[in-house]
Amino acid sequence: MEYDVVIGLETHVQLKTKTKAFCSCSTEFGQVPNTSICPVCLGLPGSLPVLNKLALEFAVKTALALNCRIQRYFRFDRKNYFYPDLPKNYQISQYDLPVALQGFLEIEPQEGVRKCIEIKRIHLEEDAGKLIHTEGYSLIDFNRAGIPLLEIVSEPQINSPEEAYEYLLSLKEILRYLEVSDCDMEKGSLRCDANISLKKRDHFQLGAKIELKNMNSFKAVKDALAYEIERQSKLLDKGRILTQETRLWDAKEVRTVSMRTKESAPDYRYFPEPDLLPFVLEDSYIEKIKESLPELPYYKKHRFIETYGLSFNEARFIVSEKKLADYFELCVNLFPFPKIIYNWIVGPLMGELNERKISIEDINILPQDFVCLIKDVESDKINSLKAKEVLKKILDTAKSYAEVIKEESVIMISDSNILKGVVQKVLDENPKSVSDYKSGKTNALMFLVGQVMKKTQNNADPKIVQKLLKELLDGSV
Amino acid sequence: MELNKLTAHQLLGLLKEGVIKSSDVILALKERIDVIDSQINAYVRKNEKIELSYVQNGPLQGLPVAVKDNICTLDLNTECCSKILEGFKPPYDATVISKLKSQGAYIFPLKTNMDEFAFGSSCENSCFGPAHNPWNLEYVCGGSSGGSAAAVAADEAIFALGTDTGGSIRQPASFCGVVGLKPTYGRVSRYGLIAFASSLDVIGPITKDVYDSALILSIISGYDPYDSTCVNLSVPDFTQNLSKDIKGIKIALPKEYFIEGLDKDVEQNIKEAIEVLKKLGASFTEVSLPHTKYAVATYYIIATAEASSNLARFDGVQYGLRINSFEGDSSLLQMYKTTRAKGFGEEAKRRIILGTFALAHGYYEAYYLRAQKVRTLIKKDFEEVFKEFDCILTPTSPTAAFKIGEKIREPLKMYLSDIFTISANLAGIPAISVPCGFTKKGLPVGLQFLAGYFREDMLLQVAYNYEQNTIWHKMKPKI
Repeated sequence: MEYDVVIGLETHVQLKTKTKAFCSCSTEFGQVPNTSICPVCLGLPGSLPVLNKLALEFAVKTALALNCRIQRYFRFDRKNYFYPDLPKNYQISQYDLPVALQGFLEIEPQEGVRKCIEIKRIHLEEDAGKLIHTEGYSLIDFNRAGIPLLEIVSEPQINSPEEAYEYLLSLKEILRYLEVSDCDMEKGSLRCDANISLKKRDHFQLGAKIELKNMNSFKAVKDALAYEIERQSKLLDKGRILTQETRLWDAKEVRTVSMRTKESAPDYRYFPEPDLLPFVLEDSYIEKIKESLPELPYYKKHRFIETYGLSFNEARFIVSEKKLADYFELCVNLFPFPKIIYNWIVGPLMGELNERKISIEDINILPQDFVCLIKDVESDKINSLKAKEVLKKILDTAKSYAEVIKEESVIMISDSNILKGVVQKVLDENPKSVSDYKSGKTNALMFLVGQVMKKTQNNADPKIVQKLLKELLDGSV
Repeated sequence: MELNKLTAHQLLGLLKEGVIKSSDVILALKERIDVIDSQINAYVRKNEKIELSYVQNGPLQGLPVAVKDNICTLDLNTECCSKILEGFKPPYDATVISKLKSQGAYIFPLKTNMDEFAFGSSCENSCFGPAHNPWNLEYVCGGSSGGSAAAVAADEAIFALGTDTGGSIRQPASFCGVVGLKPTYGRVSRYGLIAFASSLDVIGPITKDVYDSALILSIISGYDPYDSTCVNLSVPDFTQNLSKDIKGIKIALPKEYFIEGLDKDVEQNIKEAIEVLKKLGASFTEVSLPHTKYAVATYYIIATAEASSNLARFDGVQYGLRINSFEGDSSLLQMYKTTRAKGFGEEAKRRIILGTFALAHGYYEAYYLRAQKVRTLIKKDFEEVFKEFDCILTPTSPTAAFKIGEKIREPLKMYLSDIFTISANLAGIPAISVPCGFTKKGLPVGLQFLAGYFREDMLLQVAYNYEQNTIWHKMKPKI
């Protein structure tokens, strides 16, 4: 039997505010347990919440970027449930009047394949603490309690695990462009639950909604959904009727297990949070935030394709991080050869950055210097081998291009008269390679070029070297 | 001179002249407490150490203030007279406490008795046993701020802080023959007040006369960045215009408050009070507050709903009582259940269950949402009246104090004791109770004034004029 897949995603994003949602404790990750706490985030009796203005601004920013309708009048509600990591045994969240409703996110997994996924709602809430389970007892770290979270709920318009993956990638890109969240699933700054139902093709009736939790990476979301599709299909094929339930993804065992059924679903007894008054947003406030929005990745990608002639995949890669796209564009403005710059960025530059495990944000070569380097290579002032050496040196020392060039006494030796002597010496020292070359093993030529480069500290112009070598070798036949 | 019998403003005069030191006042109170509090039980945890040599140079000059057990005091137990908060020492001061301290007040380390979590109208729901009415020990002192009212009435305190969610300052003040002021919601910060019903709770003074109420209100009022519901409004010196006469002031008498069930003695006293005010130049007109009859029902839905959520945090995890296991079951759920079963008193449990029910899925619209709508109607009733009138006069409670044990088994009867005070909380308007006489049994009767939002000045002016032309506030119980 063929089934249509219907998926909705609920994403929780930790906002990158310096302080928590309702108090002034630090939100910094990785602090000593229970050191970033106060009466408010501990929910001590008598304490009261006061909304962090930046958290609200981030929420509105995100909502605007996701094309949502901002609610001019919104409020907070209490979601009541007992759990030891929830200090007040209720979470300050939003229920029927969230910050924003009805938006959409465009995904474009491949060139020409576009899809618009609607956003149902976006609301602000506070994070819970973290339980640390030990043999025989459990400990609670409240550092995380009260960190602002944004819950972004999609409409059930995602139709495959791959689309879900794309949705998350696009969402992450946007949130990182807005600098409202790191979206680091490993650090827990992005969490995702999925709802999935299957529907017999050509039938109206949607199958039971299964909620999936405990996915710790984008890949886990994809895998869990793929697993569920298979599991549910098999059951439906056998004529079984599924019932609404919540299941947990077990990444180790690669399967989902039932956590609770609909009957045992909790009643959260939402009601308006009386400790916070309803909020009214002025148009001017929203306009101001709107003006501060950066160009978003989807539009940037298409602009790069059109303006710079990048391919879809090249543009997709270069816009994946705002800092990377900015760097690219700064370079292109200095040296209008986008393809060359693209190749230098994704090739040598990204390679060196990855090796050093530093991100584009922390890069210490100025676009001006990077462009000088590329220009010098292009105009044969320096060979590319030497250029890569120089690049390494700059990244390691944070010195300017000019300084490094000077220190390394970089010069392009393209004078045949000077090089001839070195070439002859190399030939004399490597009779084996010479005979290899002569017996038709052309690889030997490259080895000999390398030897000459080595003797000239990579300063020789490899093209001239190759020419000279060929002349001498071929001439002595 | 028995310093403990004086008012705050009288003592401040003496302190200023250098005739006495604040330690003299504290000592006088300590001696008074040692002699009579075993009978009255206005204070709890009586073993807390009292500092005699407290030196402070603010305007309050080291004057001691008695604080209700639900207002957080730094490093000083704050237990809401509940077993579940046993041993809880807040790591911070409530904003009102900080304000009083900064003005030179001495925070009296013995906290005042109350109904557990302010759930009650008689102070009988305290885990430390009831506080008794100083005018007759067999009678209740009212609640929930019963300890604060009894302490002030019995001269065991100069003045006290109480909290008012549905009448918890005014009703005990009226039962004990002292002055109790419930400020406008948002006038005084709630930060540090252990919440009963967040949208109704207010902190206010319980004092021996109206002047003291004005004095204390001026200190505890004002904007607090830690309370989002606190209004950013300048605070006048409420003592300034007290003695301005009340000629031409228009007072409304809501007919819904003068009904059957109103005690005859209470009614008589109120009538006499009206005569006094008439002589002072006030005019009276009967008005209607048509939604009054729904106030008690509305209140008990909203208050219990909020309470059920506010009290969820008392679960044995972080602070207070924890009972780890029951009959060998040491699961988390069992810890929650046992702790809460043993920690909460009967009335607390009743209200948690009631409130949980009112918010439950499928009932929310019928109860909570509907109650909020009625609340708006009640608010509008008042707004209408205050378009034309300066204030409203009513009895504070339909009866004077009742006997200890008389209503404790009948929650509904007990709830009706707040019938005249609840509406002010639902509407958020300020109200004051001042003594206006005695029943034939010799129990005090209270007179309530209500005014529009942030019109405490009006309340205090009318109440002061009344008080200065009567003797009731000068009467002392014979204990």
